[in-house]
Order: sequence, then structure tokens, then C-alpha cells
Amino acid sequence: MDEVTDKQRLDRDFTELYRAHLRDVYSYAYYRIGNHHDAEDLTEQTFLQAYRHFDRAQRESNGRPLRPWLIRIAHNLAANYYRDRSRRPVTQLDDAAIISAPQGTEEMVEGREEVMEVLKGVSELPDDRREALIMRFALDMDNREIARALGRSEGATKVLIHRAIKQLEQGLEAGDEAGVET
Amino acid sequence: MSEAERVERLLKLAFTPVEPPEALSDRLERGLTEMADAAADELADWELSAMSDPRNWVRPAAAVVVGSVAAGGLVLVRARQQQKKRHSSGLRALEKSLRDVADDLEKRLRG
Repeated sequence: MDEVTDKQRLDRDFTELYRAHLRDVYSYAYYRIGNHHDAEDLTEQTFLQAYRHFDRAQRESNGRPLRPWLIRIAHNLAANYYRDRSRRPVTQLDDAAIISAPQGTEEMVEGREEVMEVLKGVSELPDDRREALIMRFALDMDNREIARALGRSEGATKVLIHRAIKQLEQGLEAGDEAGVET
Repeated sequence: MSEAERVERLLKLAFTPVEPPEALSDRLERGLTEMADAAADELADWELSAMSDPRNWVRPAAAVVVGSVAAGGLVLVRARQQQKKRHSSGLRALEKSLRDVADDLEKRLRG
């Protein structure tokens, strides 16, 4: 009887996790992989694997949120994806997600070029910096969560994000200067 | 606005969260359900007598694992079905009240 109750509780908790973070996992997968088809596969695999280990993860989480754990699974699967297929992370997105952004049309048109510049810059960042930025800006994760997802300390994560933004800044400045010269 | 703030603003615009397609949820839930069904079938087909041979223990054990994975999917599907039921309950209530009115009218006419 207790086993049944435990199983029911576990399934209920997993359903909550799935509902709460399906969009997070999908967004992460999409920005990491760059196309909807593979992002769907990665999301599916992430939740299947998450369910297999959910019981243990829940026991070991000590009540901490499980989103970093979920994203870590997606992160590992994405790494396998690139390793197995000898692919490199892609820049181009199927259909730029910025199109569906909730901002006003005028603002979008004005900022569009700059946004594309930033995305181009992001694609040239080292993998760990790119990932940290996706987690921060697409998933709105804080340093502690990102640190857990990447298996780093909070301090190291803070530095990682700071350097990523600095690198983008420099890239954009260089682009602006080149634009002025031509 | 500092350059760092500008970059952060652009990053927020660039990384808009992406809604998963409806087809993905359906596929995920269907896949889990199919796995559960397959695992259940495999277990049902398994004769208890076969369990006396330890070499046969691997398959049902695997089926149990697959079945337990898929059970999560079933929960999700059930949750979705309940949600759909909730959506249709309004219509059902309306239908029922219309039926009640019709019954009431019929009774009065007969009376």
C-alpha cells in the first residue's frame, strides 16, 4: 500500500515538474541545437531520462528545485548529440525566436539587426559561455541554478557569465567601429 | 545605458523563451503510453513457469523498468484528459440543464 502511495506521489511530482519546465527544457534545447526537429528529440529524451532517475534525484535534492538537474540532463544529452554526430553548435535558428517576441513591432524592427549581431556573437563564444547565457536569458535562471546545472561553483559561474557578456560587448564594439569605417 | 546593460537587453530580446509545439507534448505522452502498453503486454504474456529459469529473468525485469518509466506518461495523459474533461464539463452542464427543462416541461404537459 505504501509503495503504491509512494509511486502515486512520485508520478504526481513528476507531472508537476514536466508541466512547469517543458518550456524551459524545450527553449534550452532549441537554442542549444538550433532547429526544432532535434530540439523536440532532445526534449523528449530529457524527460524520459529524468523519469528514470526522478526518485533518486528527488531524494538527493533535499527540497531544492529540480530545474537545474533537468537542464543538466539536457546539457549532457546535447553534448552527446554533438559528439556522436561530430557536429558543431549552429548559429542559425530555424525561425528566429525573436520573431515571436512579445515586444512591439517597431521596437523589434529597430532592434532586429542588433539582436542578430548578438546572436552571431553568441555563436562564436566557447560552449560553456554560450550555455550559461542561454540559461540566464532564455530560462531566467540565477547564478546558483546555473552553477548546479553546469556542475560549477557559484563564483565560477558568475565569472563565466561576466566574461561572456564582456566578450560580446567587445565583439559588438568591434562591429560598430568596422561599420563606422566603411 | 552602459554597454553591458545594452548587451544584456539585446540578449533578453534574442533569447525569448520558445513554446514547445503541441505535437511534442502529444508525441511525448503517446510514446510513454505505448511503452507502458508494450511492457504490460510482455508481462501478461509471460508464464509464471518461465520464471523458474533464471535466464528468463532479464526480459520481464526490463519490462518492469520500461513500464515504470511509461507510467509517468500515463499520469501526464490522465492529467490532460482531466483537463479536457474540465473544458467539456461546462457544455455537459448546459446540456444537462436543457434536458432537465425539457423533462420538466414534458411532465407538466402530461400532468
